[in-house]
Amino acid sequence: MTRKIVIDPVTRVEGHGKVTIHLDAGGNVAQSRLHIVEFRGFERFVQGRPYWEAPVLVQRLCGICPVSHLLAAAKAMDVVVGAGTGDGLPPTAEKMRRLMHYGQIFQSHSLHFFYLASPDLLLGHESDPATRNVVGVALTHRELAVQAINMRKYGQEVIAATAGKKIHGTGAIPGGVNKCLTEAERDALLHGPAPLNADQMVTWAQGAVDFFKNYYRKNKEFVDGFSQFPSNHLSLVRADGGMDLYHGVLRGVDADGKRILDDVDPQDYLEHFREEVKPWSYMKFPYLRALGPEKGWYRVGPLARLNTAEFIPTPLAQAEFEEFKAVTRGKPNNMCLHTHWARLIEVLHAAESMRELLQDPDILGGELQVKGRRRAEGVGLLEAPRGTLFHHYRVGDDDLIEMANLIVSTTNNNEPMNRAVNCVARALLTGVKEITEGMLNAIEVAIRAYDPCLSCATHAYGQMPLDVTLLDAAGAVVSHRRKPGR
Amino acid sequence: MAFVRFMLDGQEYLAEEGAQLVAAAKDCGVYIPTLCNYPGVRPKGACRICTVLVNGIPHTACTTKVVEDMSVVTSTPELEAFRKSIVEILFAEGNHLCPICERSGNCELQALAYRYRMTVPQFPYLFPKRDVEAWHPKLIKDHNRCILCKRCIRGIFNEEGQAIFAFGKRGDRLIINIDPETSKDISDELAQQAMDICPVGAILRKGKGFDVPIGRRTYDQQPIGSEVAP
Ligand code: SF4
Ligand code: FES
Repeated sequence: MTRKIVIDPVTRVEGHGKVTIHLDAGGNVAQSRLHIVEFRGFERFVQGRPYWEAPVLVQRLCGICPVSHLLAAAKAMDVVVGAGTGDGLPPTAEKMRRLMHYGQIFQSHSLHFFYLASPDLLLGHESDPATRNVVGVALTHRELAVQAINMRKYGQEVIAATAGKKIHGTGAIPGGVNKCLTEAERDALLHGPAPLNADQMVTWAQGAVDFFKNYYRKNKEFVDGFSQFPSNHLSLVRADGGMDLYHGVLRGVDADGKRILDDVDPQDYLEHFREEVKPWSYMKFPYLRALGPEKGWYRVGPLARLNTAEFIPTPLAQAEFEEFKAVTRGKPNNMCLHTHWARLIEVLHAAESMRELLQDPDILGGELQVKGRRRAEGVGLLEAPRGTLFHHYRVGDDDLIEMANLIVSTTNNNEPMNRAVNCVARALLTGVKEITEGMLNAIEVAIRAYDPCLSCATHAYGQMPLDVTLLDAAGAVVSHRRKPGR
Repeated sequence: MAFVRFMLDGQEYLAEEGAQLVAAAKDCGVYIPTLCNYPGVRPKGACRICTVLVNGIPHTACTTKVVEDMSVVTSTPELEAFRKSIVEILFAEGNHLCPICERSGNCELQALAYRYRMTVPQFPYLFPKRDVEAWHPKLIKDHNRCILCKRCIRGIFNEEGQAIFAFGKRGDRLIINIDPETSKDISDELAQQAMDICPVGAILRKGKGFDVPIGRRTYDQQPIGSEVAP
């Protein structure tokens, strides 16, 4: 007899996801699946629209990381308008975009860690669900909550100054940007009254990394052991192997650190990637063509980035990077919950990068936009907060978009998220007849480590109630549990 | 030049005899909303949003001339509701996606929707299937956004004095096309004028998009009408 446990939807993940766990007659986990209702409407939606609308249009995919889509589409359109493949923008444009991007990484990672992940870590994933949320954290860790709010706010101020608006701005346009910073804007971000200034953000970011390390020291066994499994890792890196979240070449390493994708130009991504369709999921499964679907799947995101990069080009983050790498003796880290650590190191890197960029006079003026010989096709890749984001467009001679293909971070992480769920299910649900809230949440913890933006992968949003169904081999409901949505 | 006395919202004013009511009211500091009207272009009375009461009877102010002793009321609850309905109808019968439109912030229709606090139109959206005409080397005509005000037809001419926009089809399928012959050699300046004369984002210049950040555009700075009556 096979029983099927349905967790629907995943509650603290943005958007709509559904988990089914199939048990065999012996009560062992036979199989687990994360179902994501993916409707790739936006790729159809941009068809027939003028190419300069793409960045503003596709950013509407997501209310959490619109900047990533804005920038990835703008980068693809840079290629189309003949502004080079990542090296052709004027310094002001390039630096404004980087500042925007680091602002986005900073605010999104802060949001994720403090709002979505820290309740599990601080309060324990077996704790009372009624208080296991950001409000619970605020009650027990007031200082941390205030910091989190201000870090997110600072990141949004950076976005507003660079993109024009806190959300859904227009700052990045094909071939460059439409604004630079005024001195007043720069001064406010760099030396503004405490706590909203660049130095304070670096200090707090360092504090956040220390906070995690402290937690890790006390909970090493749990953090190391929770949903660990070997995988490939993929991200952009700078040509010299340094971490670069805005632009670079595609590098893939396997679980032992062997290069499986050797610094490929993003424009050539199609030669190296394929997407598999599985009958039970609307979301595709990307893989490296050379390795095939069985062996070629990979992880993206903070953990992957720290596994592919050889160093981080800002000093404080580099020091943390070295400590992080020491845990696995320089080999790739395959421990799911270490993603939180990696994410916080990136927060520190983002804070340092923003401070550096704000000190650069180029952001105050200079050429904003360039155009060259029109091209028919463009690919824009970016390390979004949740991982590598692919945008690919073909534009007709009449300037209208003919084809769009987007592979969002969550799609890239589709297979790893399924594996993570399976790992947890096998560890916790085997032989259990009754499903506890804590067990369900453990599965969510595993999914949340990937910070999946289900809303952007599914193009649907909204919090729905948690629905748990236990089914036997014949499909009959053995038990059903439901809690109202938040 | 002969001046005439007329009453405007209960106050007496002087205006040039035969002046267009919209322009005369503007000189008196009274805003009458318009959409199909464009200064310097022969008025057409196509959109009806400028409807006011002249001696108690509804008239389109863009096509009405000021005459001696005329009494004009520009705003009543009924007139305001009527104007709001017109804006709502225009939104419902086209495909107006402000967030992705190059004219957002510079669009008169959007600005009027804000003025009349349109939230959800009381009319059902028609979601018509319309094309984007992009064959012209300098211009794009997005039929999704065209409100058929005909400002482009009445106001944009090539060097030979020929209109570069023309009607196509009829009835509820009426569209306004770019004339391939007369628009062949238009200058960048004329292309810009064409884009500017359109109250919405139905005429776009090729390759030009979002050069001015949202937030720094005309109606981002001040609401429509406030240039006349703050
Ligand atoms: S294209 Fe613009 S100016 Fe011409 S009729 Fe349509 S809305 Fe009016
Ligand atoms: S402005 Fe008078 S009818 Fe359109």
